[in-house]
Amino acid sequence: MATAARELTPAEASAHPAAESVVVRFAGDSGDGMQLTGGQFTLSTALAGNDLATFPDFPAEIRAPQGTLFGVSAFQINFGSTAIETAGDEPDVLIAMNPAALKTNVGALKPGGLIIADEGEFGARNLAKAGYDVSPLTDGSLSKWQLLSFNISQLTMDSVKPFGLGNKEALRCKNMWTLGLALWMFDRSREPIVDWLKAKFAKAPELAEANIAALNAGHAYGETAELSAPLKQHHIAPAPAEAGLYRTVTGAEAISDGLVAGAQLAGIKMFFGGYPITPASAILHHLSRLKEYGVTTFQAEDEIAAIASAIGASYAGQLGVTSSSGPGIALKGEAMGLAVMTELPLVIVNSQRGGPSTGLPTKTEQSDLYQSVYGRNGDTPIPVIAARSPADAFECAIEAVRIATQFMTPVILLTDGYIANAAEPWKVPDMSSYAPFPVKYLEEVPASGFKPYGRDEKLARPWVKPGTPGLLHRIGGIEKQVDTGHIDYSPANHQAMTDIRKAKVDGIADHVPEQEVTLGNSGGKLALVGWGSTFGPIHQAVRRQRAKGRDVSHIHIRHIWPLPKNLGALLKGYEKIIVPEMNTGQLKTVLRDQYLVDARPLTKVSGQPFRIAEIEAAIESALS
Amino acid sequence: MNEMTPIKTTPKDWETDQEVRWCPGCGDYAVLKAVQRTMPELGVRPENTVFISGIGCSSRFPYYMETYGFHTIHGRAPAVATGVKLANPDLDVWIITGDGDALSIGGNHTMHLLRRNLDCQILLFNNEIYGLTKGQYSPTSRVGTRSPSTPFGSVDRSASPCAFALGSGARFIARGIDTHKNLPQVLKAAHGHKGASFVEIYQNCIVYNDDVFAPFTEKANASANQVWLENGQPILFAGGTKGIHLDRYALTLVVVDVVDGKWKEAGVIVHDETNKGVAQMLIDMRLEDGFPMALGVIYQDPAPTFEGAVIEQNLAASKGKTPNLQALISKGQTWQVDKEPHRA
Repeated sequence: MATAARELTPAEASAHPAAESVVVRFAGDSGDGMQLTGGQFTLSTALAGNDLATFPDFPAEIRAPQGTLFGVSAFQINFGSTAIETAGDEPDVLIAMNPAALKTNVGALKPGGLIIADEGEFGARNLAKAGYDVSPLTDGSLSKWQLLSFNISQLTMDSVKPFGLGNKEALRCKNMWTLGLALWMFDRSREPIVDWLKAKFAKAPELAEANIAALNAGHAYGETAELSAPLKQHHIAPAPAEAGLYRTVTGAEAISDGLVAGAQLAGIKMFFGGYPITPASAILHHLSRLKEYGVTTFQAEDEIAAIASAIGASYAGQLGVTSSSGPGIALKGEAMGLAVMTELPLVIVNSQRGGPSTGLPTKTEQSDLYQSVYGRNGDTPIPVIAARSPADAFECAIEAVRIATQFMTPVILLTDGYIANAAEPWKVPDMSSYAPFPVKYLEEVPASGFKPYGRDEKLARPWVKPGTPGLLHRIGGIEKQVDTGHIDYSPANHQAMTDIRKAKVDGIADHVPEQEVTLGNSGGKLALVGWGSTFGPIHQAVRRQRAKGRDVSHIHIRHIWPLPKNLGALLKGYEKIIVPEMNTGQLKTVLRDQYLVDARPLTKVSGQPFRIAEIEAAIESALS
Repeated sequence: MNEMTPIKTTPKDWETDQEVRWCPGCGDYAVLKAVQRTMPELGVRPENTVFISGIGCSSRFPYYMETYGFHTIHGRAPAVATGVKLANPDLDVWIITGDGDALSIGGNHTMHLLRRNLDCQILLFNNEIYGLTKGQYSPTSRVGTRSPSTPFGSVDRSASPCAFALGSGARFIARGIDTHKNLPQVLKAAHGHKGASFVEIYQNCIVYNDDVFAPFTEKANASANQVWLENGQPILFAGGTKGIHLDRYALTLVVVDVVDGKWKEAGVIVHDETNKGVAQMLIDMRLEDGFPMALGVIYQDPAPTFEGAVIEQNLAASKGKTPNLQALISKGQTWQVDKEPHRA
């Protein structure tokens, strides 16, 4: 996904599409280790200084039946010598470890692209499972592409023979053999992979050696085998990048680190209550290793207990955080209302996935925007922030903590399965450049008297930690009396408190940056308005269309609720507005409602990210 | 509970200025008074005390205690309390809940709080009915309970709160009665136990389930139908004329007559509150089988607390590590870009 660590320079923005970029897709059985292969290829690509974006695409089943179409796991990487914004539309190279992987992925391959297939897996049984009557490797059906097939299984077995592994274990090294070949193809160093294998198999050195042997054998195969034309070595030059320290980061890592950074900038400890759910669990895993940063993690008995415990921790003076995906967020709804009513800080991270219900657990979607903005009983305003890329998730997490603690409110941070799992290079920020926003607990009775629901200029109520003498009070989910916080159902009071809760959240718009035009002009013929992980394809599509001279601009919204206060005026400067999103038009509805603008939807809910070409087509159609 | 210097307070110090809004004659008033009378005896500080409740009649309780208080949502008080206690283990946390709140909508949280052994007191007001929603039968209602939702009588068998607690791994289980003079004693014992202390309080709902406990709570029935347990003491009732004997072959409890106070001769057992097997049998004693109701501390066998273990592990995992945010975000495989690479 997009490298939001850096936006395009004007020179890049006007340049033609990067010639020096390649899209490679590794596809195999879910037991073939394709995610691992892709991850390690990503690492060596990042170390080679290329910009990159990845797209892991795997089945919901941990080990789906071998050789089946639905058991195919794929990992796509787009890397190059200029800014890379997406995981790429069409792969240039497809590495297919079995017939099912070939069948499910070859359709996306660019005409003339290269297929590398493991013919050792193209036996009658696997062909039948994938629904092939005859082997596509021999029947000419792949003539649109370049095809290289060799018996990777056998070559791997041969390479690890000296280590005396069983057949099954030996075949497990297949992914490393393939990785070795890919590293040779793109002139990547094997060294980081060798180091990684040694560390991973520290307790079983013979496995480390076998895997390294397979890796080397794959690499040597590329170098020495007398292969026909297509397999030639590519060299992709490093992408231009600002000077500094870089690393690859996934969204889950960036959110975890961002939350820790936010808590440190607020000067408070963090409590994370979570319950396992795909694709959000990675955040719980990361944070549970960061205890020295004042982080307590709690794997609760269910989603409700996860948020309720976080609310309890916030009540006691820590930063309460909970995280889930759509179905789990639905369960947390009532407790979110409690956090709104008791006006306690809380961060709720939603790593969105395909819905409704269990939906598509491992596929990406942006269909929880309504749920975030509207999805609770009562008038229950909650600020919503959406991250647009793994690296951007770091900044968004800090922003969520800032708003939660400064305004005494729960905040929803939206990300999605794509952002959570995908990796991108990230220029490590200088933490000293962030302004702290220290929390001030109320610790003694103010001159004007203690009002548990009294307010500051931002309409935030005081945060009093239990244990503080002189400030004893009671809070709860029943309507609170203005100022005192006592129970009060009276009509005038409920009107007043509803108005205050709304005004407080609306007022956050005065404390967030105004909306900028991400690429293009303030006003014109057409604006593409996006949010979240559609950043990459929208940005590239707009860039390409602008290079063709079309009057189109890209606006990408981070603050979904409340919306930036200049957004309405900004949108009214365009003749047409298109909102590309991976749902059936949710931000579109909000924009129409808030600004009475004729925002048109461009929607996709296939579980796959937008392709640049799809967005370009929409632009062309709108401007023709 | 916590280890601070005891301070002197009076019951009055624990009352708020809020009007108490339970039905006249509700058992909740008696429990509130008992708690307010007990707090001074514990020597604890109001500002260090937190009452956390769910939803139901009894869950209004925190508003009437001059402490910190959190009236949360239906069934979730144990989960909120877990966050409070993990964030600040020095706080003295009391959970106020009811039969519907703790055993129906919040059964899952009650189970997990007990098995984790979070240090807190759980007061479960059992009135065998949903009072706040106007009288539907609850998970503790007896079979045949007629209510607006069961006009022909309920057909599902009832849950036993203390058996549920024991099965969930609770290390302190006690029973009390709303209006009984022994309630403060039970509360003190619960507070003195380090870990999750589960107290079932038989509480009369005067409007929707009046006198459901009368067969053993009425003065006239008390002596014959209540047995107050005391650790290390013989299990006697009916003025010492009856006792509980363990049939060691059938592994069942039996009521025996005690003549002239000779309980040993009658085979009456001595209450050992750490004996989980006997605790289960005491909990299961039913009036309709000719037994008295077991009251007081039924089971107590302390174990390490959840928050203690979490904090210990947090400290151990942090030992020798200096938090450095810049280092944290610079982790993993990194590379340095020294200058803008030339553009081809």
